[in-house]
Amino acid sequence: MKLKVQAKYIPLLATALVMAALYIAGGAAYPRFFSLSVLVNLLGDNAFLGIAALGATFVILSKGIDLSVGAVIACISILVATLVERGMPPGAAISVALLAGTAFGGAMGCLIHYFVLPPFLVTLAGMFFARGIGFVIHPQSLGIQHEFFRDTVVRAWAIPLADRVFFPFYATCYLLLFLLALVLAHHTRFGRAVYALGGNEQSAQLMGLPVARTRIGVYALAGFCSAAAGVVYVFYMQSGNPAACVGLELDAIAAVVIGGTLLSGGVGYVGGTFMGVLILGLIQTLITFHGDLNTWWTRIVVGVLVLTFLLLQNVITAMVRRRSRQ
Amino acid sequence: MIVDLMLWPSLVALAWWSRRNGNPVFYALIALGLLLVFNRCFTPGFFEVDVRDGRLYGVLIDVLNHGSRVMALALGMTLVIATGGVDLSVGAVMAIAGAVAALMVNMGVPWPGAVAAALGVAMLCGAWNGLLVAGFRVQPIVATLILMVAGRGIAQLLTGGQIITFTDPGMAFIGNGHLLGFPFPVWIVLALLGLVALSTRRTAAGMFIEAVGNNERAAYFAGLNPRVIKAATYVLAGFCAGVAGLMAASNIRAADSNHVGLYLELDAILAVVVGGTSLMGGRYFLAGSLVGALLIQTLTTTMFMRDVSADVAPVPKALFIIAVCLIQSPSLRARCRSWSQQIRLFGAGREKAS
Repeated sequence: MKLKVQAKYIPLLATALVMAALYIAGGAAYPRFFSLSVLVNLLGDNAFLGIAALGATFVILSKGIDLSVGAVIACISILVATLVERGMPPGAAISVALLAGTAFGGAMGCLIHYFVLPPFLVTLAGMFFARGIGFVIHPQSLGIQHEFFRDTVVRAWAIPLADRVFFPFYATCYLLLFLLALVLAHHTRFGRAVYALGGNEQSAQLMGLPVARTRIGVYALAGFCSAAAGVVYVFYMQSGNPAACVGLELDAIAAVVIGGTLLSGGVGYVGGTFMGVLILGLIQTLITFHGDLNTWWTRIVVGVLVLTFLLLQNVITAMVRRRSRQ
Repeated sequence: MIVDLMLWPSLVALAWWSRRNGNPVFYALIALGLLLVFNRCFTPGFFEVDVRDGRLYGVLIDVLNHGSRVMALALGMTLVIATGGVDLSVGAVMAIAGAVAALMVNMGVPWPGAVAAALGVAMLCGAWNGLLVAGFRVQPIVATLILMVAGRGIAQLLTGGQIITFTDPGMAFIGNGHLLGFPFPVWIVLALLGLVALSTRRTAAGMFIEAVGNNERAAYFAGLNPRVIKAATYVLAGFCAGVAGLMAASNIRAADSNHVGLYLELDAILAVVVGGTSLMGGRYFLAGSLVGALLIQTLTTTMFMRDVSADVAPVPKALFIIAVCLIQSPSLRARCRSWSQQIRLFGAGREKAS
């Protein structure tokens, strides 16, 4: 029997292969690499990047781009920290933060849709804005002393897996949001509209899809994901920092590209982004395990990986086009 | 006083000229004028210019001096954007060029050699972007994103993660020297403007670039080679980034791969857009980009002079960018027109009824 893979799954398959290869290479080189704690940390350390990348996936699927991710995370993290330190209950502070992020993303979406401004420029301005507002809220990083963050999240809500290995709550958040995004992208009306919008806006309009609602919804969703990533950042760091996550938007976009989503919109998978984030995490872990390599190698390896996947996508699109022409 | 006499008439003349020619640099000039009027009235010391040892000193001169890097970047970026692309890697290329120059000078290479090597490497970086965009048809944002992410790593690799200082006087002159009273970077930018303007506006090259930006297929059928034209603009953007990198490294007499040119690609893109060049491509305004760069630098300097902290400074900048984009947006203008028409119709209807 001949194994046949549809062309559209090839990028996803390639991503999975790279991920497996990196993991096995790590295990072969370092005996402790296969331990459970490395795996748990891989999910936990990249939780906020992963959540932000989920939002970026939707934006890129709709043929847009969001450069405000890192700044919004930083801004939301300091917002949560400040609100909680001023005596607001954690639940209320988190809700306010999530609402603020969603509203911010929605506002950017409105500017992009109604005034036909380039997403690149609007989200760039959004990045400057969020970064500055973060410093207005509180000029330095602020540690949280509240017992909810110090104790409940860290101890009570962590799931014990093995002796001294805990599955942290922020990793649980990531997995839950990932599942939600998966359903949203592939099993809802909104998800299909996003794909249609990214494929061809005019066709989407002619088909009667709510283009305005979808596009604004996509940016609001990205804002929500960034805000959620900011909250998870607070869980992870136990502090808020207005200077955090500089350049994270690029990592998020890189993860989306490595995950096989086309930047020309309309083609891609949320699952691919999940693997893309894990690949970035694996590279980081490998470099940490090696100990000698400097962190700037991460940047170079990520650059090379993005390049490889882009070229792979090019080859595949060319192949598909040739086949359809025949 | 002399500054006033020279500045305002020239601003008004430029604005009048651009308005008459339908050049969108008009809006940027008006914004710059308003900002300068604000500073003239409310920021003491902004317009003071001293002459010491035959050199000019003052806030306005600082604006020119510090703005020169973004101006240099914006020149190259204008042509890239005119073809419908964008170059995100210029900040990283600046870091690479600075690192190469510093290393060469410290190895004992005379400074012209180091400058040539740095510019050569910068153009190679541009050629790489051009290869990806024109050769492999990768989306410009992503293609240049690769070098943006990896480039700073490469610069770090070259310098071993250290800040490399140098003392070569020739090298230091590029960013610190003075010529005829003005800082040397200003002259470099003027020379660069002359070079780019002459080579694109006095030849057919500018029209080719606009043709590719307007409609690549149509340009191809008209007998142009869009790939070569696109690649050439990226090489030029790399060259401009190299020049900016040399100015930045020379100014602090060191190559600081981590910080030099950080976020400057964004400032350069903003300068181009504020200057009236659309991100969709197809038309470009070199003078507009320079005015845009000056506008951004004036805004930054104003905020520093008014004690706005450097961390908070992005907020007004963001609002300003959005405002300029909205003013230039044809969609908003159409909306305003339809609103005002509705109001007029409403008014006319009421008059008739009464």
